[in-house]
Amino acid sequence: MLHSAWEPQGGFSFENCQRNTFLETSLKGLRVPHARKTGTTIAGLVFQEGVILGSDTRATEDSVVADKNCEKIHFIAPNIYCCGAGVAADAEMTTQILASNMELHALSTNRKPRVATVTRMLRQMLFRYQGHIGASLIIGGMDVTGPHLYSVHPHGSYSHILFTAMGSGQGPAISVLEDRFKPNMTLEEGQKLVVEAVTAGILEDLGSGSNVDVCVITQDGAKFQRAVSTPAVLSKRQGKYHYPVGTTAIMKETVTPLPLEMIEETVQTMEVE
Amino acid sequence: MNTRGLGSQLKDSIPVSELSASGPFENHDILRRGFSSVKNELLPSHPLELSEKNFQLNQDKMNFSTLRNIQGLYAPLKLQMEFKAVKQVQRLPFLQSSNLSLDILRGNDESIGFEDILNDPSQSEIMGEPHMMVEYKLGLL
Repeated sequence: MLHSAWEPQGGFSFENCQRNTFLETSLKGLRVPHARKTGTTIAGLVFQEGVILGSDTRATEDSVVADKNCEKIHFIAPNIYCCGAGVAADAEMTTQILASNMELHALSTNRKPRVATVTRMLRQMLFRYQGHIGASLIIGGMDVTGPHLYSVHPHGSYSHILFTAMGSGQGPAISVLEDRFKPNMTLEEGQKLVVEAVTAGILEDLGSGSNVDVCVITQDGAKFQRAVSTPAVLSKRQGKYHYPVGTTAIMKETVTPLPLEMIEETVQTMEVE
Repeated sequence: MNTRGLGSQLKDSIPVSELSASGPFENHDILRRGFSSVKNELLPSHPLELSEKNFQLNQDKMNFSTLRNIQGLYAPLKLQMEFKAVKQVQRLPFLQSSNLSLDILRGNDESIGFEDILNDPSQSEIMGEPHMMVEYKLGLL
């Protein structure tokens, strides 16, 4: 039988969806594997000469830390960087596709990439997939029109703002930013504020942790610094928990020898210096 | 411009013949399809399935409609003629064609999407039977 109407199509394949829903409904005890989320705090702000982006470095899988030092600030163009929160794989693949598309676009239009272009491409892609691609991104960069900061949500909505935070730790981070942000700050003030905001997220939120990464984008280019600060250090143990031999009294001792037979003996010489 | 021509190609459901036993000697493939039920065969299994199937067609419709409004009737008509001409250049019936000219006409040659990365048709695990398909095409079957 010739299936002339059916052609293999590239892109997402929905072959297993029916089977998966069937398995979930009929097998009650089944634990479906969950996608690894980043459980993040990401923050960004616009200062005098450009944009500063900051993020934590912990990736979680349900309630286990999957990666203690992952990179959440992704390269899009030499003058545009993007922080990703949400499902880790979705954020990573989306930013890689965006970076490739921006490069192609810049080559074909022969112009330097703009932050608004990145945001529009991203929004159109996310809206096409109706939020099933779980990536929340903060895009920041410096282009010919000046410094810009956008935050984009998984369904495709966006905001063009001067400071923002996203991820599971956005509550503490946004409160710090709301309290201490001033327009046109200097580089030192701005960097200090971003580090404080991400630190607040790391300390208050269980899904964020490890170090703070910072990326500063100005007219001269972008400077990406890993592990600018490590707010949460493992503390030293307060007391000793080893018990001396003999603490527990032995009441009775029984020895049962196991009947073992020697079947084969091989001797292998080892080269020891 | 009459976009009804494209509209008639839109798929509003998944064809039933794919999902259940299609011939007297074919078993319903329980391993791959699961147990057969009418609901499964009529409704799509994922909210995005239909919109993704029709995506390229809807994009073309939108682009032709905009072009008609801006540049008049002849522009989309000429483009559609070029589309038809370019779609006829294919390889043998069981081989996947790269559709390079079609991509260029649509403007997809300058962007990368999930259809280029995931599920590449040239890497597909299923292929039609070469001899039968060529015989069918030549009318020998």
